[in-house]
Amino acid sequence: MFEYCADPRSLEGLTWLSCYLTTPKHAAMYTSVLTVMALLLAVVPPILFLGFMGALARRSKFAPFRWFGLGYTSIVRGVPDIVFFLFFPIAIDQAVEYIRHKVKCGDVLEPVYQGNDFVVCQAAKMPLGASDQIYHEIWGFSLAVFAFAIVFGAFTANTLHGALQAVPRGQLETAQAFGMSERQVFWRIHMPQMWVYALPGLSNLWMILIKATPLLFLLGIKDIVYWAKELGGMKTQVYTYAHPDWRLWYFAALLVFYLLLTLISQSVFDRIFKRASRGMAVAT
Amino acid sequence: MKKLLLAAAVSALATSAAFAETVRMGTEGAYPPYNFINDKGEVDGFERELGDEICKRASLECTWVTNEWDSIIPNLVSGNYDTIIAGMSVTAERDEVIDFTNEYIPGSPSSYVALAGGSVDLTKGIVAAQTNTIQAGHVAASGATLVEFATPDESIAAIKNGEADAVLADKDFLAPIVAESGGELVFVGDDVTIGGGVAMGMRESDGELKAKMNAAIDSMKADGTLNTMLAKWFKEDTPQW
Repeated sequence: MFEYCADPRSLEGLTWLSCYLTTPKHAAMYTSVLTVMALLLAVVPPILFLGFMGALARRSKFAPFRWFGLGYTSIVRGVPDIVFFLFFPIAIDQAVEYIRHKVKCGDVLEPVYQGNDFVVCQAAKMPLGASDQIYHEIWGFSLAVFAFAIVFGAFTANTLHGALQAVPRGQLETAQAFGMSERQVFWRIHMPQMWVYALPGLSNLWMILIKATPLLFLLGIKDIVYWAKELGGMKTQVYTYAHPDWRLWYFAALLVFYLLLTLISQSVFDRIFKRASRGMAVAT
Repeated sequence: MKKLLLAAAVSALATSAAFAETVRMGTEGAYPPYNFINDKGEVDGFERELGDEICKRASLECTWVTNEWDSIIPNLVSGNYDTIIAGMSVTAERDEVIDFTNEYIPGSPSSYVALAGGSVDLTKGIVAAQTNTIQAGHVAASGATLVEFATPDESIAAIKNGEADAVLADKDFLAPIVAESGGELVFVGDDVTIGGGVAMGMRESDGELKAKMNAAIDSMKADGTLNTMLAKWFKEDTPQW
């Protein structure tokens, strides 16, 4: 990056460090912070959507919806997250490629499953083998968003379901007595009061979500923890910047990063809670 | 026979005409000097230089991807990349799941490394190795207590912090680490030769690509370029072809 970095082996002290911390490899670590942030922002809408759908399904008057909602939340909450993180991306990836194979190369006679191999024609690859690496990464990222959404959607559904049930029945009956329709009761009375009961649970889930982002590496996405481990490991002279095992320092930096992230999140949640509890008789 | 050849030719034409073949080379990127990620953030090392040369000779366009060691075979067979070129020794167990090209590194020794000044019982002590390696299999069979790590780097760290008494790994990987440890680490015991040479892993259904790779590897053996590369990246007494 800097001009004096041309020959790193001749440098010492702070100059060496300034060159070391600005290598393209370190830049990759800094951008992986953005990957983590992007994931956190990208998963919130699908999580809330799945959460609401699950919660509403469990309250539905139509029994099959109830069973579906209960099945979704029970199965996903009962099975270890890591199983879903390994299962969904592979299953979806293969399903998409299988369908594309059938559509685009229907005339190829060879079976898709040959022993251990999963073989689809070149045109059915998702993304195409010749695509730039960035498309492979975007595809992997989308699969990750999907897996996170399914897992955390189930927990959110349970939290929202509990919160909807916690709103005092008297509130809803009063609204009905005022002549509100069922829909009006839900949107004007039930939903706005539900948040106070849901927020503590949701803030828990958000914190767990932040801490679960290192699972991204399982899905082949290089996140900040991967880079800390890779950059911190001992580097011999075969590398331009040789150094002993520095993982302690890298992980200390990670510690600060995650603590800051959760601290900021907590203060945002406190504000939202204050706003959601306006006019309500909460014990603060 | 003629019909078969014709069918093979047609299918070869059909695939190569429709798509310029891009071969995705899968490696670990954490095993210097075989393969590692350099400070530019690119895959580098012996296998990078070798792989690029193979692709040039086979007229293939290659891109490099990294994958953690533990899942490197499952991701090959599910088609995330097309070859494994990651210092993988040929073993019978692996050969049941995937195919190997001709070997590009002759069977080379593995060594034990421990802290200097200690006494280690290699058949009863605690020995570290990377998960799913031939070395891990050897330690498990030797009677020593095996502790496995996901990356080779962590297995070295384990002897430094006292978690393990010794580490077993490829000598070519350990040699620079011992040399640069300033006397902290030493080789202990005798070298052991486990498994065969190192080759590229391929899907069993990918015979055509394997043939191309084999031809390129053989031509590099024949004209001596492979030996030059081995001498450049590994220690002087590394076995050659």
